[in-house]
Amino acid sequence: MKFAVLRFPGSNCDQDCVLALNALPGASADFVWHKDTSLAGFDAVIVPGGFSYGDYLRCGAIAQFSPIMQSVKNFAAAGGTVLGICNGFQILCESGLLPGALVRNKGLHFVCKHQHLRVESTNSRFTNSATKGQVLNIPIAHGEGCYFADDATLAKLNANDQILVRYCDATGAVTDAANPNGSRENIAGICNETRNVFGLMPHPERACDPALGSTDGLVILQSLLTAEPAKAS
Amino acid sequence: MSAITPEIISKHGITPDEYERIKSILGREPNLTELGVFSVMWSEHCSYKNSKLELKKFPVTGPRVLVKAGEENAGVIDIGDGWAIAFKMESHNHPSAIEPFQGAATGVGGIIRDIFTMGARPVFSMNSLRFGDIRGDSQQSATNRRLFAGVVNGIAHYGNCIGIPTIGGEVYFDDSYSGNPLVNVFCLGILKHEQIARGAAKGVGNPVFYVGAETGRDGLAGAAFASRELTEESKEDRPAVQVGDPFREKLLLEACLELLASGCVAGIQDMGAAGLTCSTCETASRGGTGVEIDVNLVPKRETGMTPYEILLSESQERMLVIVKKGEEDKVRAIFEKWDLPYAHVGVVNDDGMMRVREGDEIAVEIPARQLADEAPLYSREAAPKKAPEPLDLASVPEADPLTALETLLAHPSIASKQWVWQQYDHMVRLGATVLPGSDAAVFIVREANKILAASTDCNAIYCKQDPREGGRIAVAEAARNIACTGATPLAVTDNLNFGNPHKPENFLQLREAIEGLAEACRAFDTPVTGGNVSLYNESPAGAIDPTPTVGMVGLVEKPEHITTQAFKAAGDIILLIGEPGSELGASHYLLAVHGRKAGAPPQLDYAKELAVQNAVRDLIRKGLVKSAHDCSEGGLAVNLAESCLSGNLGAKTEIPGTRADVVLFNESQSRIVITFAPRHASEILDLLKSRSVPHTRLGEVVKDPTLTIEATGKTFAWPMEKLRTPFEKTIPSLMSWEK
Repeated sequence: MKFAVLRFPGSNCDQDCVLALNALPGASADFVWHKDTSLAGFDAVIVPGGFSYGDYLRCGAIAQFSPIMQSVKNFAAAGGTVLGICNGFQILCESGLLPGALVRNKGLHFVCKHQHLRVESTNSRFTNSATKGQVLNIPIAHGEGCYFADDATLAKLNANDQILVRYCDATGAVTDAANPNGSRENIAGICNETRNVFGLMPHPERACDPALGSTDGLVILQSLLTAEPAKAS
Repeated sequence: MSAITPEIISKHGITPDEYERIKSILGREPNLTELGVFSVMWSEHCSYKNSKLELKKFPVTGPRVLVKAGEENAGVIDIGDGWAIAFKMESHNHPSAIEPFQGAATGVGGIIRDIFTMGARPVFSMNSLRFGDIRGDSQQSATNRRLFAGVVNGIAHYGNCIGIPTIGGEVYFDDSYSGNPLVNVFCLGILKHEQIARGAAKGVGNPVFYVGAETGRDGLAGAAFASRELTEESKEDRPAVQVGDPFREKLLLEACLELLASGCVAGIQDMGAAGLTCSTCETASRGGTGVEIDVNLVPKRETGMTPYEILLSESQERMLVIVKKGEEDKVRAIFEKWDLPYAHVGVVNDDGMMRVREGDEIAVEIPARQLADEAPLYSREAAPKKAPEPLDLASVPEADPLTALETLLAHPSIASKQWVWQQYDHMVRLGATVLPGSDAAVFIVREANKILAASTDCNAIYCKQDPREGGRIAVAEAARNIACTGATPLAVTDNLNFGNPHKPENFLQLREAIEGLAEACRAFDTPVTGGNVSLYNESPAGAIDPTPTVGMVGLVEKPEHITTQAFKAAGDIILLIGEPGSELGASHYLLAVHGRKAGAPPQLDYAKELAVQNAVRDLIRKGLVKSAHDCSEGGLAVNLAESCLSGNLGAKTEIPGTRADVVLFNESQSRIVITFAPRHASEILDLLKSRSVPHTRLGEVVKDPTLTIEATGKTFAWPMEKLRTPFEKTIPSLMSWEK
């Protein structure tokens, strides 16, 4: 399976994503420059973490206008697999590929730490290798990861089973104390209605090596490899 | 242009003697722009004129040294298999005192540029910070909290955005830093031997390119500002503080590494302190050439800037690149790819001059080598040496050990710094295998398949009481921290923070500390690869405690050697390697519990220290050691408490000695506590006995989460929560937003 890892000028988790994906049997990853427009030959797109264009405005606000993002929209509309991690999640929300927005953490500080997530749905190509209710330990690192959506949107996300992971404690309890950034309903990651676009604040690529304290990120990356091949654009 | 008056000369910090020297170099009077150029290049920050004669005492050579201290922007050390590391530490103390967020942020930006200028990809950062006390309701402590929060936020802002993990460091709080915080930032980069880039203007006729952020009026003469004492009026110097743009630096970093890989570059130099001035004259001096530029061609963000302002601006995120003639188009394409402003501003010539034109007019014409390398050097007057008064133990009432340990753990210098490092992205680049909070940070450098350990250390109380011993111990402790991770020390960078060198007692401290550091670097076989000197660290209340911070890097041979301080399993034996010790002078116990900085610091014995470190490292490499933790501030009691807390396990121990506070809290050197499975006891004890390394079995790790220490026939016990609350809650509660 061939992954396109987008490279905005301020991306800084692009190399980590390529490294983690290339270590997986059956996966290969290449960079795609933000000024490019073609995703031909790729089976999936990763929008990596970082500070896309510095993000001095709103995170991802400028990235949505980059040449490659029009191609990503087309790719997604054709059913292609798109995974946005951290800044990538922010970019997907700004681009309208996912509902809601990510705002400043409730504590106002940037937070980098290991974080427990509960898998809320396995009905997606991103979580099909997990079991429902499984607790994953995957690091977060963000200043603006507080997920916000209005009540109607939240109701729809819940009704459609679009919330794939929530912040929880080590036992899997979804509590306020386990919410690192004030996200509504402890939301850590959501997919779109057609379930081919997924964005999450935690970094699965940072949890693929026992030397880094967790390999739970592989649950998400390997789900992608076992999923049905996506249509290429 | 206005005539040069004695007032103008003195305003530039140039002495009458220095002015005479300038005239003799030029063979005429300088104009105002030239005077400005000399004033920044001959400031302490750029020329080290007050410290260079002392810095020559450092050992700078060794079999692993590829680029020596002072030769380039950062030293380079061989780590095997064709790979090398470039690393350095630098201060941004004065800017951070005035504007903590930008001061610290641009400090990070500057040190990162120093590293990628060498052709290295920066892979991690650390920092060593000092603030005044953040406890209490006084105006001063509120200011200290503001500075602390601002500096941490600034470091996080810059490092997180550019994607270089900040993986460790140290933070201390002491009132000697009130009004003059210390912000020392460290960065390390990785490169292949053949990728080492030089900051030399080689090749007559080669074009000189400017790339990066446009030049503005920010940071005008920051180097000169940093070479003065801070006063009440320093706030008016706020324009001397620069504004950082980590996104621009990220572009510059990627573009420069791509540029260097393209083979189009003859020389490259970042514009840090003294900006365009320093980069032009230094590259010319190193290249044995001249450089001529036209300020009209320099990209600017403001109109009406004079040559004086353009040359002295310290706008951030700028580089000077000497391009191989004929490769200009390739270079332009790379800058355009990364959307960076750039301009072809000049040329390398052969007349040895730094010549700056403004169109057809010549604004500056100075022999580059004399400007860059022949600043006057001073050996200042040092006060006579005084041995520190030994501590009279009778003057120290014995505190209740139970509350004393809690007090120590609640001292902001000892308490957990999680509040700090959670704000730093320490996990990007997939390398932080030992997270912040253990003795030294350990980082896997993926591209080179190497594992590095790094630590920054300085106990300024020791240095205040005895700068020479404090300097020796700073190196020893860094090496000890490195040894505890299973690594071998490679080399050292240092950041020498002192007061005004014109005051004899301050100059004595500088000289003593340097001699102590130099001696210890020889003993541990860790050459100094460079660093930074920051003098004039004084606020109206006086000079800071002398703080010669050491940043040491070590190499871990194999992943299975990586060891942390946390206790691992109940039943493991706890062994002290080294002697139980009895030195209470200059200890944190005296400071935190008795409010005193008194007595002589502990005495370091190199032979003992090396024996302990080598034994621990060898035991780790034999796969026998489960945890290793060095004894430093707060002595054995704090050491054991930290290992219990990080392992979430208890300990049942007994320590020999005759006075409980001395037994628990003395800070004698050359001590490491290790744990191991009982089945390895004989092998470990045999090795220690055969080498005559002193050791004491303290007890064992227990499941019951209580730290129990028997001393002087009494039993002291701390349930884990009694330790956890002061250790973990102190800083978050002091820094909570509600406050």
